[in-house]
Amino acid sequence: MRQAIIPFGPQHPVFPEPVHLQLKVEDEVIREAIPAFGYVHRGLESLVSIRDLHQMVHVVERICGICSMIHALCYCQGMEELMGVEAPPRARFLRVIWSELHRIHSHLLWLGLFADSFGFESLFMELWKIREKVLDIQEATAGNRIIVSVNVIGGVRRDLDLSQRKAMLDDLQEVEQAVRSVSGVLLTDYTVSRRTVGKGVVTGEQARELGVVGPVLRASGIRQDSRMLGYAAFNELELEPVVETDGDCHARCRVRLREVFQSIDLIRQAVSRIPEGELSVKVRGKPEGEAVARVEQPRGEVFYYLKANGTKNLDRLRVRTPTFANIPALVVMLPGMWLSDVPVVVLSIDPCISCTER
Amino acid sequence: MQGEVIPVNVETVLGEAARAKAEGWRLVTMTCVELDAASVDLLYHFDRDFELKHLRLTASKDALVPSISPLFFAAFLVENEIQDLFGVRFHGLVIDYGRTLYLGEDVKEAPFCRYVVNDSGDQG
Repeated sequence: MRQAIIPFGPQHPVFPEPVHLQLKVEDEVIREAIPAFGYVHRGLESLVSIRDLHQMVHVVERICGICSMIHALCYCQGMEELMGVEAPPRARFLRVIWSELHRIHSHLLWLGLFADSFGFESLFMELWKIREKVLDIQEATAGNRIIVSVNVIGGVRRDLDLSQRKAMLDDLQEVEQAVRSVSGVLLTDYTVSRRTVGKGVVTGEQARELGVVGPVLRASGIRQDSRMLGYAAFNELELEPVVETDGDCHARCRVRLREVFQSIDLIRQAVSRIPEGELSVKVRGKPEGEAVARVEQPRGEVFYYLKANGTKNLDRLRVRTPTFANIPALVVMLPGMWLSDVPVVVLSIDPCISCTER
Repeated sequence: MQGEVIPVNVETVLGEAARAKAEGWRLVTMTCVELDAASVDLLYHFDRDFELKHLRLTASKDALVPSISPLFFAAFLVENEIQDLFGVRFHGLVIDYGRTLYLGEDVKEAPFCRYVVNDSGDQG
């Protein structure tokens, strides 16, 4: 059959950010998909040559708005290893709380965009309405709705007093109820199922082979979550990775939905166990050597490599974001799909081009 | 740095990568670090059950480095990124964007390289 090449993106209604797919199609069936990006690459890693190691906290926070706190957390943990310091216990619990708030609002954002990708606009609006409550919590606790900017090398810069913690738990109770009220639609609705079940399947073996991370990996049956490394205070909390086995778009949706409830539970655990104490330790000197750090972002494992040379500037900062690890999987997911399924399948990896084009 | 670091060269990198794959290691990513005007370090980061190991390949900037993408498909993206940002060339890439993943076709410079060799011999 005759083949045609269809450029999908970089500007497309389902993409909030520019990414391009070169689709080779026969009739309306995808035979090959080649991803391309680079439309908004910022070269933020190279800023290490002009921003000192403390200023870089603010730079990495701006790699991505959705998981800014977790970028800073990963960077700070890497720097703390290089400088031979450890954040105080209270700071480590506070880091868990803000990072899980980020996971909740990121997953709600994605669930809404995912609903929008198959035309379910009322569900999209409902999920984003719930997300607003989480952003309100971030504003109330950190002063900012998105870039909360709480991390410093050696700890955190903000505390949560008793009244803030209580208000946060009350608000999260409302968020939990609201998400439960729409979860039936996401899990069992005919429209959602028809557009997502059996679409973009990646088996566990393929996912492992392709180096896939995060909810995409766990939706293919692989029990891997970087929080199991026990960074921050995760080693003191009960955490069981959310795993589904179907490996399709619906399974990815179920993983993220269940992770919203898991994050709420982790925040409750952290709030109930948070110890008294200092928020940060003093950090002195100019480090030397190499370090790697990794943490679990909403989209999966993020990996930082840092090389210091004994000056106030790092020699090299390298960031491998989860979307960068998940994009190769699209090359496997898309062949065999109908052209009309492409937006849903691409959205199912929760692509963050801001992260990828760091 | 957390994890074992194994030195490799352009002749042995494919063998070590193949061994890592056979032993069940996952490619996390690669990192390119510019050392001086002539050479770079290529680090291959692997994970297995949350344990890390790294291959370190010190290569000349104009060397042709074998791509590990035939072994680890996902490596094609990061190898293309390194080609664009550092000018290091890989051979055997399963998808080669020819230094146009991030850059325009007319760009010859390597934007992440601080040390630039001036071919014209001009001073200043």
